[in-house]
Amino acid sequence: MRVPLEAYLILSAYLFALGVVGVATRRNALIIFMSIELMLNAVNLSFLAFARFLNSMDGQIFVFFVMVVAAAEVAVGLAIIITIYRNKETVDVAELNLLKW
Amino acid sequence: MELLIFAGLALVAGVSGLLVVVQRHAVYSALFLILTMGALAGIYILLDAHFVWVIQVIVYAGAIMVLFLFVIMLLDIRSEQAPWAAPDRGRILVAVLLSVVLLLELGIAVARRFVLAPAGGPAVARNFGTTQTVGRLLFTDFLFPFEITSIILLVAMIGAMVLAKKRLT
Repeated sequence: MRVPLEAYLILSAYLFALGVVGVATRRNALIIFMSIELMLNAVNLSFLAFARFLNSMDGQIFVFFVMVVAAAEVAVGLAIIITIYRNKETVDVAELNLLKW
Repeated sequence: MELLIFAGLALVAGVSGLLVVVQRHAVYSALFLILTMGALAGIYILLDAHFVWVIQVIVYAGAIMVLFLFVIMLLDIRSEQAPWAAPDRGRILVAVLLSVVLLLELGIAVARRFVLAPAGGPAVARNFGTTQTVGRLLFTDFLFPFEITSIILLVAMIGAMVLAKKRLT
């Protein structure tokens, strides 16, 4: 039995929705960040599934670029979280209200 | 057989993905995220993405998650209170409902059936997704974006160092 395209896409959609739940419900900035990574992975899965079923390599190249951007984003994001922790002694996003009016 | 392997890997990815989101302590979240990425790497093999599989394991499950764990342990964060505690409950309910709506929307989009190939996809060339193929494309058709990625990484590296410095002088 071969795997249909829909199976990959449904798994991808499920993981993306999980990431959305994580970003919207959690208060720990690190876990929110990890949920974003989960969403990026879900999108990568869609890219690869379509690349395979369209018999085109372009999707895989895109995944490569998504990973590069993810790596850059993680480096900068974690540096920001460290800076916030150094100033406020917390990474709870509910307590980070400096920009709130 | 292929379907069976996919089902197993999808189950691991789905369950550990859920655990990433509901775990109370960030360390457990990070460990389950590594598991999710590992299972997804296995699925990438089913999709003939050999090179992407390698960088998924090395860059994502390896480098990025080590960075995460490093920061979590560096910060020594007290574990969050139960995230479903009373003051947050309404907000969480709304967020979960909206996510379910999103999932249904995506499900409907998928269920409209793509007129692509039958299950398993079309027959692909033997070198589909190999390092050689990806490398050749990166240095021919995608040379310019590839060069831009080096600038992105350089900027990220400098930015991270400047931000994490003790004090700016």
